Amino acid sequence: MSTNFLRIVPTAYATDSFRVRRPQRMIERHLVAYRRQWLIVVSGFFEPLFYLLSMRAGLGDLVGSVSVGGKAVPYDAFVAPALMASSAMNGAIFDSTGNVLHRLKYARIYDAALATPMGPADVALGEIGWALIRGQLYACSFLGVMAALGLVQSWWSLLALPACALIGLAFASVGFAGTTFMRSWSDMDIVTTAMMPLFLFSATFFPTSSYGSWAWVVQISPLYHGVALVRSANAGVWTTSILAHIAVLVGLSAVALFVAARRLDSLLRK
Amino acid sequence: MAEPLIVARQLVKRFGEFTAVDGIDVEVQPGEAFGFLGPNGAGKSSTMRMIGCVSPVTSGTLRLFGMDPATHGSQIRARIGVVPQLDTLDVEMSVQENLWIYGRFFDLPRAEAKRRAAELLEFAQLTDRAGSVVENLSGGMKRRLSIARSLINNPELLLLDEPTTGLDPQARHVLWDRLYRLKQQGVTLVLTTHYMDEAEQLCDRLVVMDQGRIVAEGSPRDLIERYSTREVLELRFSAGTNSDSITGVHGIGDRQELLPDRVLVYAHDGEAALAEAHARGLQPESALVRRASLEDVFLLLTGRSLAD
Repeated sequence: MSTNFLRIVPTAYATDSFRVRRPQRMIERHLVAYRRQWLIVVSGFFEPLFYLLSMRAGLGDLVGSVSVGGKAVPYDAFVAPALMASSAMNGAIFDSTGNVLHRLKYARIYDAALATPMGPADVALGEIGWALIRGQLYACSFLGVMAALGLVQSWWSLLALPACALIGLAFASVGFAGTTFMRSWSDMDIVTTAMMPLFLFSATFFPTSSYGSWAWVVQISPLYHGVALVRSANAGVWTTSILAHIAVLVGLSAVALFVAARRLDSLLRK
Repeated sequence: MAEPLIVARQLVKRFGEFTAVDGIDVEVQPGEAFGFLGPNGAGKSSTMRMIGCVSPVTSGTLRLFGMDPATHGSQIRARIGVVPQLDTLDVEMSVQENLWIYGRFFDLPRAEAKRRAAELLEFAQLTDRAGSVVENLSGGMKRRLSIARSLINNPELLLLDEPTTGLDPQARHVLWDRLYRLKQQGVTLVLTTHYMDEAEQLCDRLVVMDQGRIVAEGSPRDLIERYSTREVLELRFSAGTNSDSITGVHGIGDRQELLPDRVLVYAHDGEAALAEAHARGLQPESALVRRASLEDVFLLLTGRSLAD
């Protein structure tokens, strides 16, 4: 009987842990907490905006136009969607790494939450949901700026918003999952180190063709698939490769979410 | 008798090779104040975490309100309040927000959560600090806020892991008073402590834990009567001669115990024991006769003092 019991307990616990009931409560907690820190939230909007303005002013005239799916677009209209995608990534990673590490290890917010009917899956999904909401705020305002600067090509551009949501979901999930493996703040350096090449080598500033025989490396980058989506949306050019880009990001999100909830469970329910 | 609120049978918690809780049997009745007493590392906190449904049981059975934490953890947690050993207050929020946001984790409607938050601020004597940031509170205030927060869902069972550790005497007494009121309201209290006075003040019944096992169970008075003499004579000798003095007191009272800084003599009549020590020509630097306490029970049961 006792060995049987041993076998059942972990799985039974797992079902209790993975049940999602109230992730929105975590988001509500953040809404209240960030009322005092609204400046931090607002500041996140400016970085991609400054990038965009500097690219437009500096490189736009030098480069001329770039081809997107066979359609020639001015350089600033080429770079803008990539910056939008990158800021979706940055926002999601920022929210799901440093902030999560702080709440997990130092502020012990999750320990407090798990003493209530909330479960680890509620916490993980709530955090990722929060990162998504914040990311969508930035994406909307960025798209607004793009429209004001005349960089938006058509109504298709509105699809850049769900594309950014997907990028946010993928990177927030990966960030959260990765954070559960961190031991201390010094591990945050790894995040910064990993994000720089993603930002630079995801066909952000140049089309894939300019990478020559190294183009396949670019395709490993999850951000590349996000950039391709947002860029297609903004140009209104759709090819079947869109489905592959979506599949990569959805797949990445699913795996990372699973890892995140599992790790959170084993960390907090020792 | 009503159905017990907590039933544990042969409860075991292992972390890899290490056994933190080694097959304990516990029953807690509704309305009772029950204590786990023991030194650090005795397995008290591990037991509390299992009861709080945040730590899976390794083996044995555990039931709260007749439910199994493995399958009904969320439902059980909805009916209990937890005051953890280290405060897990939300430092990014005000005192008041800490309370009502926590209520939201229990699915309380927002208006109800805020109403209860105001009541609990009153109970915890923190009304005038409602808008303060948590960081600015004193240790005693934080502890009271933790207790207030644990009550936001009107729990039937309150778990307190070393509620007054690290607090000054005055803050402890305020806290005990609040806990006593809860008990009078019918809330079942389960607490861990390594303070004897706390256990004696608050607990109707307690178990003494040592190395993951229960070594004794009963009311504080029972335990003292069962395991100790009525009085204790404490003798302090000048530095270095303490361990030699144990032979000198041999045969006085029922039992003698050598501690690093003093010698204890367990006797029904402490004054008589002291008189005999003087008659033998012993010259302690100081002598004290006191009533036996749970500390003595623990020392007799485990051969170690609680402070270890």
